[in-house]
Amino acid sequence: MDIKKIAMAGTLESSDVSIVIEPNSGEGIEIELKSLVEKQFGEQIKEVVLRTLKELKVEKAIVKLQDKGALDCVIKARLQTAVLRAAEENTFNWGEED
Amino acid sequence: MLKLRRTMMYVPGNNPSMVKDAHIFGADTVMFDLEDSVSLNEKDSARFLIYNSLKNVDYEGTEIAVRINGLDTPFGLQDLEAIVRAKPDIIRLPKTETPQDIIDVEKIIATIEEKAGIPVGTIKMMAAIESAQGILNAREIAQASSRLVGIAIGAEDFVTDMKTTRSLDGVELLTARSQLLFAARAAGIYALDTVFSDVDNEEGFANEVKLIKQLGFDGKSVINPRQIDVVHEIYTPTDKDIEKSIRIIKASQEAFKKGSGVVSLDGKMVDKPIIERAERVLTLAAAAGVYVFEGGEENGY
Repeated sequence: MDIKKIAMAGTLESSDVSIVIEPNSGEGIEIELKSLVEKQFGEQIKEVVLRTLKELKVEKAIVKLQDKGALDCVIKARLQTAVLRAAEENTFNWGEED
Repeated sequence: MLKLRRTMMYVPGNNPSMVKDAHIFGADTVMFDLEDSVSLNEKDSARFLIYNSLKNVDYEGTEIAVRINGLDTPFGLQDLEAIVRAKPDIIRLPKTETPQDIIDVEKIIATIEEKAGIPVGTIKMMAAIESAQGILNAREIAQASSRLVGIAIGAEDFVTDMKTTRSLDGVELLTARSQLLFAARAAGIYALDTVFSDVDNEEGFANEVKLIKQLGFDGKSVINPRQIDVVHEIYTPTDKDIEKSIRIIKASQEAFKKGSGVVSLDGKMVDKPIIERAERVLTLAAAAGVYVFEGGEENGY
């Protein structure tokens, strides 16, 4: 999926993560992470981001996360939402998730 | 064991903190809501959140329902595509007006189950009835699908449709609640009552729970964990009820052994419906964990 515009998803409430995704004029994926649990889980969060972007076939993007202690599945959900919004896609191929 | 559905707790579908901990408060069923508690511009994020949570969070055996948006909205079909694949126990339909509403959703669920390799018929359904039209069609709605485990009344939309408002004694809901119960009992499925929105009015809430229990409802939707224990307490048979029921059953068993058709207990005649009610008290008590059947014997619902 192509990131066509800036989009966001999530909130700054406890157990959530606020994600902003932007088109990247350079190459690849850039991740900026601010997290309450960065020391302990920073690498794990980045892995979730990279894996989710790979599943969504996003190759170029800047992802900014403000994490408030979100579970991995919440990070994935918020990122999926942000990517679809940024790619201006209204439907999602749920079959590929099976 | 009888499945208790005394409480069905609404959880807004776009709130990660509530979604991840929803089961810890002890509701018999947790219902994640994609409909009215989610704003129009967050329907996509709630859908992704519930999908991923159902796939990853261990709800420790608590029954999970998801209320989807209606098929007459731009969100209903996408909700089904996602949620069926995440396999909740129950998909709940809002604003059911006709049996066709059930049949339409059932067909889509079956198609998705097949595509996703889930045995067809796995996911159960529940329908909320929230209008005059729906109440008038309750009987046909309740019998529209073998997937239906229950029907529920949604009072806020219903009273609006009826051009009235809710009152504490619930007189405006009496006919609708009764009709919904008739439909549920005739179809052999559960009847669930509506929410009570004023969380701080504990006395009003308890009174409403007593009313709907007396009418015959199996349980009530709740919107706050604080309401759960109140419902469970009212719905759990007391020691006195249990003791009396045991005596009735024993007396009926004695009479049966003697070949006597008529049972008498404390000078009162005990007949078949009274025995059935006693059996139901013990079944409810056992399901609530306050009674154990002797020798594992269990009587039906």
